[in-house]
Amino acid sequence: MTAKELKPKVKEEAPAKAERVRPGRVFLPNVDIFETPEALVLMADLPGVPQDKVTLDLKENQLTISGEISPPLGEGESLISQEYYTGDFYREFQIGELIDKDKIEATIKDGVLRLYLPKAAKAKPRKIEVKVG
Amino acid sequence: MPIIFREPELEPFRELEQLQRRMNRLFQNVFGQDWAPWTAGVYPLINLSEDKDHLYLRAELPGVKPEDLDITIKDQSLVLRGERKIPEEEKNANYHRRERESGFFRRVVRLPSPVDPNNVEATCKDGILTIRLGKPEEVKPRQIQVKSA
Repeated sequence: MTAKELKPKVKEEAPAKAERVRPGRVFLPNVDIFETPEALVLMADLPGVPQDKVTLDLKENQLTISGEISPPLGEGESLISQEYYTGDFYREFQIGELIDKDKIEATIKDGVLRLYLPKAAKAKPRKIEVKVG
Repeated sequence: MPIIFREPELEPFRELEQLQRRMNRLFQNVFGQDWAPWTAGVYPLINLSEDKDHLYLRAELPGVKPEDLDITIKDQSLVLRGERKIPEEEKNANYHRRERESGFFRRVVRLPSPVDPNNVEATCKDGILTIRLGKPEEVKPRQIQVKSA
């Protein structure tokens, strides 16, 4: 596979759900979601969000991902030019009722969240052997 | 077994926001992918800031490793080159969504003032690259004492 040249993408703002306490914009993180026989895996780009500021919530079948960014500028800094906006991240997904909630694993590295959602036993495809009677 | 991903529907009074997003998408279709008039249209998007002693160049590069970045400075031009790699997942992975992109990038940035090439520091933290460039003495702001005659 030959690598292509990356094109800049303007961050999409998340639809506002309610008044927020924290000022500033909220964006939808870009995600990859894939499924394996054992699990669902979600990868989300959360640039600027430190490890302790990611909040994950799975209630009923609604998965919520939110992340708060660290201050984008250092003390005493002022902007000269701005091409991208900074802000927190928020996104919701509806997931089929098939996840083994006790075995969910989440890791974040270099601003990329990896969420491993193992399927509950009954959701895994099972091969049924047909025996000769 | 099908697993359906669906984002919750927006409330009716959020329609405006939806319309705005549709308009943005329309512009993107007309003016080329990801049209944003205030940017250079080159990846990555860059924010520049400064304080008394330094210039700061920042870019959101989630998942980009420091060893895949190459930064060079000559006079007032900074060249940022690199590659964003997204590791291949296991073969039987079946994708529902694929919004994250991988690929090469190269961007030349004209710095707003000269910098001291020996006083440059680049760090990657939580997917944000920060390049701190020291200002040479002659461009640093200087306080001027007002003397009474």
